Amino acid sequence: MTTKLFGTKVPRVEDDRLLRGQGRYVGDVFSGQDALHAAVLRSPHAHARILDIDVEPVLDVEGVVAVYTYDDLEDAMGEPLPLLIPHPTLTHGRTQYALAKDEVNYAGEAVAFVVATDRYVAEDAVARIRVRYEPLPAVVGIAASRAAEHLVHDDVPGNVGARMEQHNGDAPAEIAKAPHTLTLDLDVERSACTPLEGRGVAARWDPDQQRLQVWSSTQTATGVRAAVAAKLGLDLRAVDVITPDVGGGFGVKINHPWPEELLVPLAAMRLGRPVSYVEDRREHFVASAHERAQVQHIEVGFDDEGRLLGLDVMFWHDHGAYTPYGLIVPIITSTQLLGPYKPRAYRVVFESIYTNTVIVTPYRGAGRPQGVYAMERTMDAIAAYLGKDRTEVRAVNFIQPDEFPYEHGLVFQDGRPLTYDSGDYPASLEKIKQLVGWDEFPQYRKEMAAQGRRVGIGLACYVEGTGVGPYEGAHVHIETSGKVKVATGLTSQGQGHQTVFAQLVADELGVRFEDVEVVTGDTRRMPYAVGTFASRAAVMSGSAIHLAAKRAKEKALRIAAEALEADVDDLEITDGVVSVKGAPGASISLGTVAVLSNPLRYAFDEASKSATQFAVGDPDKPPVAPGEEPGLEGKDFYSPERSTFASGMHAVIVETDPDTAEITILKYAVVHDCGHLINPMIVEGQIHGGVAQGVGGALYERMVYDENGQLQNASFMDFLMPYVSEVPETIDIDHLETPSPLNPLGIKGAGEAGVIPSAALFASAIEDAEGIEITAMPISPSDLFTLREEHR
Amino acid sequence: MSEELHEITLRVNGHDHAVAVPARRLLSDALRLDLGLTGTHVGCEHGVCGACTVLLDGAPTRACLMFAVSAVEAEITTVEGLSQPDGSLGPVQQAFKDCHGLQCGFCTPGFLTTITAGLEENPHPTRDEAREMVGGNLCRCTGYQNIVAAVLKAAELR
Amino acid sequence: MKPAPFAFVRPRSLEEALEVLGAHPDAKVLAGGQSLVPLLTMRLAAPAMLVDINAVPDLDRISCDDDGVRIGALVRHAALLRDEDAARTQPLLRLALSHVAHPTIRNRGTTVGSIVHADAAAEMPAVLALLGGSVEVASVRGRRTIEAADLFAGPLESTLAHDEIAVSAWFPALRPGERVGFAEIARRHGDYAMCGVAALVGPERTRVAYLSVEEVPTIVDLTGVAPDDVGEAALAHLDPQPDIHATAAYRSQLVRVLTRRVLEQAA
Repeated sequence: MTTKLFGTKVPRVEDDRLLRGQGRYVGDVFSGQDALHAAVLRSPHAHARILDIDVEPVLDVEGVVAVYTYDDLEDAMGEPLPLLIPHPTLTHGRTQYALAKDEVNYAGEAVAFVVATDRYVAEDAVARIRVRYEPLPAVVGIAASRAAEHLVHDDVPGNVGARMEQHNGDAPAEIAKAPHTLTLDLDVERSACTPLEGRGVAARWDPDQQRLQVWSSTQTATGVRAAVAAKLGLDLRAVDVITPDVGGGFGVKINHPWPEELLVPLAAMRLGRPVSYVEDRREHFVASAHERAQVQHIEVGFDDEGRLLGLDVMFWHDHGAYTPYGLIVPIITSTQLLGPYKPRAYRVVFESIYTNTVIVTPYRGAGRPQGVYAMERTMDAIAAYLGKDRTEVRAVNFIQPDEFPYEHGLVFQDGRPLTYDSGDYPASLEKIKQLVGWDEFPQYRKEMAAQGRRVGIGLACYVEGTGVGPYEGAHVHIETSGKVKVATGLTSQGQGHQTVFAQLVADELGVRFEDVEVVTGDTRRMPYAVGTFASRAAVMSGSAIHLAAKRAKEKALRIAAEALEADVDDLEITDGVVSVKGAPGASISLGTVAVLSNPLRYAFDEASKSATQFAVGDPDKPPVAPGEEPGLEGKDFYSPERSTFASGMHAVIVETDPDTAEITILKYAVVHDCGHLINPMIVEGQIHGGVAQGVGGALYERMVYDENGQLQNASFMDFLMPYVSEVPETIDIDHLETPSPLNPLGIKGAGEAGVIPSAALFASAIEDAEGIEITAMPISPSDLFTLREEHR
Repeated sequence: MSEELHEITLRVNGHDHAVAVPARRLLSDALRLDLGLTGTHVGCEHGVCGACTVLLDGAPTRACLMFAVSAVEAEITTVEGLSQPDGSLGPVQQAFKDCHGLQCGFCTPGFLTTITAGLEENPHPTRDEAREMVGGNLCRCTGYQNIVAAVLKAAELR
Repeated sequence: MKPAPFAFVRPRSLEEALEVLGAHPDAKVLAGGQSLVPLLTMRLAAPAMLVDINAVPDLDRISCDDDGVRIGALVRHAALLRDEDAARTQPLLRLALSHVAHPTIRNRGTTVGSIVHADAAAEMPAVLALLGGSVEVASVRGRRTIEAADLFAGPLESTLAHDEIAVSAWFPALRPGERVGFAEIARRHGDYAMCGVAALVGPERTRVAYLSVEEVPTIVDLTGVAPDDVGEAALAHLDPQPDIHATAAYRSQLVRVLTRRVLEQAA
């Protein structure tokens, strides 16, 4: 009997391979083959003009096969990299060249590309290239960018790439007449995704077939494919992009094409040999992407209960040296800032500004952590001002369960109205208070104080738009063996897609879970797809797979009904066998149905032989009847009207050492609502990982640039990614399941949630412990000590 | 000038492999490139992340902080050598699967080797000892909760 | 991040190692490599030759007597940490070693190597300095003993000559009536400390060592200082430096707190 797998903790099908060391990551693709390896010469300067590049000394290095600089790039390759997501307000968008032309704008920008017999030799060669630079003043940090004493790009006045405003109602007017007002100035620093595997790309040109095969650790195989084809002047059909196992993404691998994603295929074509490149850890710090840095100014007017009457937010978003990913991050901040609340009037203005630092593209949460930080700091400030409990002020501002769909009157990241589909924020608040022991905390604080210990409690709420469009597709193929092959185009970086998608297919088709095999991120199998970002894989591909499986099932039942001379409605599929309900013996396997679906029926296998006992098809019509296709397949696309909105609340109890200012997590609680859970084990794993990343972002990780734009901590020695010793020992998780009405499965995304509230949460808890306003995150013991000194 | 190659024999997972490598070849690269044992992953190449951890005479060692030419007299165990003789998953591997102790799988080989050795030394770790055992390996996906659970589970399975 | 090319020798005797080292001014000794190899991979160092001493016999010995603990150049941190005789003879060794990086690094890294690497943020140079130990070095020119007080010349700089190998280090035993303490605070467990303090308290003297505070491990004599004043008294002799993880003021605070804590531990 097939039991329903949706909602159960099915172990992952990915694991066996990965646990045996048989994963195949991009760096493994050409293992054992005679491939070439690339290395990149990167600018040592944050801002400089390139006067001259001398590659002569490299040509003597034994093992060097090719050296490219900008001058070696032709046609489209010589154009700037694409600006993926333009926006009318991005009036001054700029992107870099695959290899720098004339000017470099961050330390780490690609200047030259070397291909050699191995990476060691390639690095030897890189070290020998002589570049003459004329250093220019570096613009580092939001303050310097706003001051605009120097410009990052000569033709971008004031260093402002974009200025965007959205409003709903007249916030300044509401604030002017509000009984109480407050102003907050907040700061968030840079962090980064830092997956354990860096970016990587491998390519092979097949001169016989005139085909290019590219393996990339990308979050979008179809995007890379289109970019490679366009930039290298190839037909789309001549390019395959395959995403092998990927060692974590967290956002950085959605940006594309990275210079190396074009240069490696270019080299493979020119040299006629396989070429591979995997960035090293240092390169990941200085040449991939960062996120998070914003300065925020908030004015808020509220009533005696803490109700938001007017909320007026201005923020400056540091997008680094270029804007390949457009304004997605600040747009998300500006819209998702609202969280579960409904201010009477809201206005947000942001400027997205240039600095001579590494580019900024989405990092798990993608602007939401900053928005939540702004909003939740404001909530805490209002509570403190009114002398109210922090949960009460939040509660009076919640959108109520009967107010959905709730329209905010703003435009979201996908260009669609910001309309929440469902949620139950009051219920979440009750759960989180229970889970963390909110009401008991004052007593606990007293007991701890008696022991000379200082503790604080914090809370933060968020709403997360997930499952953004435009679409994903899926192809489900039932083979004559009864095995089901599924393809969807978005890519996997460890989320367990193959498992959860197989769960959906097994449920819908009534086949054994073991008989379903899912392939993701291979353009040969599914050439139309968008990518893995914005917590969209389960919602988008999950829904598409569900729909495609449904189509395959419909066809299977139709053929089976004819074969069994039964009515479709009387059929059921269990363990891959279609049978007539209540008529034991009247059955046919799906494999046999697959044979019957194809008029060409050589008896290659048992399924084909056994199919001979059944007769299907109308002898008066062509073997493939009009409107029919041979084979037992289902293909469908899912394209929702708009995003679905997950939500959650985190609470934490921290202890701060009165002497050393060390910050210790005593309790961490999560209430999480992502609609129905396909696999609770995997959802909880996502939450655990997100929380750890959030702890890192709030308490440990930052990008320390000096005034010259040199990153001071470009290693895992000094960029303090948490070890097990820095994360909470346990995370208490409670789920609320408010289904989304937007998709057939009632699901919402879960991938980013864990990291979103962290900065706000820890600021709240540390402020509570210390009685000192926390306005800048992340916060280290040294920072906290400095604050204490300032408030003595 | 061509770089001198050193003819060495590396003993890995019970088998001898004769290779010719330049002196500067890191053990991690020798395993991956020269021996094709790509289960050992390279995450930082400065000894912090632990993804490349292999067992050198049974002791967890960073393969990125050693040259292959220095590993000639050692018995090396990589993740590929952790399965049972019959091919089924070893106890630590099985525990990771049972406890959802991995997501992207990139850091996993280093955890598996480290824990395998850790449980040899301390077959019945407490929760704190389990945390200590994996304290030198970075994982960006799991938040470590399930990895610690997997250490305890592996101790039961052994 | 791959090292530049270098020549490589793996001598089978100390004499051979010393000869090679003496003949190649740009050669460097490779023992555990846990500090050296990252410097090579980041190409912050590019010696022409590495002399791998891991095959040199008899350098992995730990010997203890009433006077102290002597450890050979190839004694791994982990081996010394496990050694019961060493822990009995000088308990500060085990106290401090448990803070050296993570266990995996301790499996390969050598204590003598760490000492002559002379990192002011490392534990064992400070321990050697505090205890008044020494390092025995050898070269083709002969052998000599360098007292800890003369060993640390500057950041990552010892007073060994380029042709010398540190063959052993000697830590004096804990004398009757003496107590030791050790504590450090790091950003993450296992990281280099933002501040570390080791103390040796005896009937006649109270000496405290600081790591990660200045550019070399620093010893301060706090004999006779009242318990409430130890932090400020120590700071009078120290000039804590800022870095990206700690301001100078915060580091001073850690000196205050840890000095007090460690002296209480050693009381």
